[in-house]
Amino acid sequence: MSVLGAERIKLFSTKSPWWSSLATVVFVVGFGMIFLLTTASLVREDGPAVPFRVGVSTTQQGIFFGQMVILVMAALAITTEYRFNTIKTTFQAIPGRTSVMLSKALIIGLLAAVLGEIAAFASWGLGRLLVTDFDLTIRTADQWRQVAGAGLVFAITAIIGLAVGALTRHTAGAVTALLVWAMLGEQLIGAIPRVGDKIQPWLPFNAGGHFLGVGPNQNEGAQTGTDLPYNAWGAVAYFAGVAVVLFLVAVLVVNRRDA
Amino acid sequence: MIEAVGLTKRYGRTVAVDNLSFTVKPGRVTGFLGPNGAGKSTTMRMILGLDRPDAGQVRIDGKTYHQLDRPLRTVGALLDAKWVHPNRSARAHLRWLARSNGLPNRRVGEVLELVGLTSVADRRAGGFSLGMSQRLGIAAALLGDPQILLFDEPVNGLDPEGIHWIRQLMKRLAAEGRTVFVSSHLLSEMAQTAQDLVVVGRGRLIAQCTTAEFVDTASETSVRVRSPQLDRLREVLLRKGYALHVEPGVDGNALVVTGSVTSEQVGEIAAEQDVVLHELSVRRGSLEEAFMRLTGDSVEYRTDGQGPAGPAAAGSEDLMVAGGVNR
Amino acid sequence: MTLLAVERIKLFSTRSPWWCMLAALAVTCGFTALITGTSGDDYPVSVQTTQFASNFGLMVILVMAALAVTTEYRFGTIRATFQAVPNRTAVLLAKTGVVALLAGVVGEVVAFASWGIGKVMRPSADLALNSAADWRHVAGVGLVFAVGAVLAVAVGTLVRHTAGAVTLLLVWALLVETLLSALPTVGEKIQPWLPFNAASNFMLMGGTPPPGASVVSQPYGPWGALAYFTGVAAAGLVITIVVANRRDA
Repeated sequence: MSVLGAERIKLFSTKSPWWSSLATVVFVVGFGMIFLLTTASLVREDGPAVPFRVGVSTTQQGIFFGQMVILVMAALAITTEYRFNTIKTTFQAIPGRTSVMLSKALIIGLLAAVLGEIAAFASWGLGRLLVTDFDLTIRTADQWRQVAGAGLVFAITAIIGLAVGALTRHTAGAVTALLVWAMLGEQLIGAIPRVGDKIQPWLPFNAGGHFLGVGPNQNEGAQTGTDLPYNAWGAVAYFAGVAVVLFLVAVLVVNRRDA
Repeated sequence: MIEAVGLTKRYGRTVAVDNLSFTVKPGRVTGFLGPNGAGKSTTMRMILGLDRPDAGQVRIDGKTYHQLDRPLRTVGALLDAKWVHPNRSARAHLRWLARSNGLPNRRVGEVLELVGLTSVADRRAGGFSLGMSQRLGIAAALLGDPQILLFDEPVNGLDPEGIHWIRQLMKRLAAEGRTVFVSSHLLSEMAQTAQDLVVVGRGRLIAQCTTAEFVDTASETSVRVRSPQLDRLREVLLRKGYALHVEPGVDGNALVVTGSVTSEQVGEIAAEQDVVLHELSVRRGSLEEAFMRLTGDSVEYRTDGQGPAGPAAAGSEDLMVAGGVNR
Repeated sequence: MTLLAVERIKLFSTRSPWWCMLAALAVTCGFTALITGTSGDDYPVSVQTTQFASNFGLMVILVMAALAVTTEYRFGTIRATFQAVPNRTAVLLAKTGVVALLAGVVGEVVAFASWGIGKVMRPSADLALNSAADWRHVAGVGLVFAVGAVLAVAVGTLVRHTAGAVTLLLVWALLVETLLSALPTVGEKIQPWLPFNAASNFMLMGGTPPPGASVVSQPYGPWGALAYFTGVAAAGLVITIVVANRRDA
């Protein structure tokens, strides 16, 4: 428990997690609202003919944005330790490096989960206030998952960011690799002729997005696709599996190399 | 008590530490002496379990660092004062360290008071001067009230007041029965604080002995005598096989007897011969020259050739800086 | 000229530009090989297809250009630089010039290497550079990289913080612009005026677009698109120079 306490103090005694937290919520809510308002006005004008509909998931279109900020925040939580050499002080105080990594994962994962819930429910709540002529009530289990699932997805995202940060030990390298992979790599791989479609479900952020029904590859209504090899919970389990594997590799490497 | 046995660390093809064995005893300040690049910091990192030795091991009171339960309560260390997050306050830095080893928060205030940082404790550590950073590092080392303390070049870049403060602190800690292991590339600095020395060069052990022994064996002594009967004394000394030369000075010529000679011997010979002495003094060669002679082959970064100032300038410039302190 | 030489020495004497150039080349070419290698008769390879992955290279170059300034702030060498050359405008122009030139060269290398890979992987496909548009599709990549680098230097100088600048650039170029152009109705109107979108319009306009990239009617021709992208970068640079001259180093 003392290791957890130390990591908590460490995380919250610098400014960047506060900025990242604020940015996460503001971006998720901001984009969600822009998307919701423009979609709603379009549907109001043109009626049901347009290929858009307004529902609970329309309020959640900014989630992927927040996920990117979480990736950066989680990677920074460890790359800054290497950059300022406080990792040496950390391992001097706590020689058990595995427990350091586990504590970091727990703290940052927990923070990400809380931010995910705040951002998702804030988007949904504000959406209900701003758009009253559409039904934005959460009723079905699917709708609950689309909103409340953000916390889970954010937590898994944070673990991936932390693992990549620990492996690269370099802020710019980790941030570039993570963001380019999540926002560009997965999209382009999905667009590879013939095989792209088959690979796409196994691209981690794509799977995470599928769980929430949002993301650059998730069109409105795409979650009804039947040719996917998993359902929503299978998708998030796969996403979590990738994070766990990356994290285990990171723990192994951190234990083996010199601080 | 720190015991290192056969410590070896390689970085690629460079051997940073080469089969190094030594013991650091409690109740004394032990100096860890060697030129820059001799492997001192690497050894200290291996003591703290930060770097993995390629061979050998180091034990702290019989345990490896990883076996220590709450390591900060056993070993405190200041390796680099800049190992703090610049945007974290001094107090927050100490608070997470205290929490990590289950130390009460009260200790944070105590060590801040001890090093005199209480008034700036809530300012960001990135804005600290080197002296303040050094004090924060020492506060962190003392946090767990450990019996063993490691300091890597603690006086580097400090003002005279800070240097004096650290010297007194190390002596006090040792007097309390703690093990104090402090590295330096300045023999003159170590001569002021350390009772024992572990001397290394190019990662290898050169000597482990008391500081007095090292200074005696390392530095050349000579005896200077002035006398109205100088020629007579010179003949006698030459007959007895002493090496000497005449040194002219403002107060007349003097004899300088070199080699293994003590002032007692010269004084007794003069008394036997009824020679009147106006001066009989022992002169020690510079510690830095002696140190360089011993570690001369093991200086990692050396300037090419011999400058106009002779070997002292060519050997290592940081040793030259030290020259002024002791003379 | 001295300033340019100074900035060139500074850039090439650290490791990160080399890593970035290598990554830009390797990732882009590798991906091009993947795309052209897997495409069959149902998916004809065009000149544009070989440049499909150039965005990878562009992102890495943006990071490299931003790092060229943020690392100066991080290590405090910017003070040494401004001490050696008090004329900050000249310093920033020299730095931008060197980074942009390098980015342009990397862009051309990446583009023609990708095109060459396409020719090797699919000898039967028509990849000859016959028209001005064909040339623009390939050689234009270098121009976009160079202008993108100017924009990234500007952002890096304004933010002065590696993680912040890199995140801002990548999230803007890859996510914000995509999401904004995907907005119902307004998206189409905004889309031409999003700088990176304009850049890709410049490269893609005229010719068969690769699947997925919808090229809608634009208010400008290809060179107009590039001019707009350049204008945004130039505006960013001017703001940066004004700010850098006013604030403390």
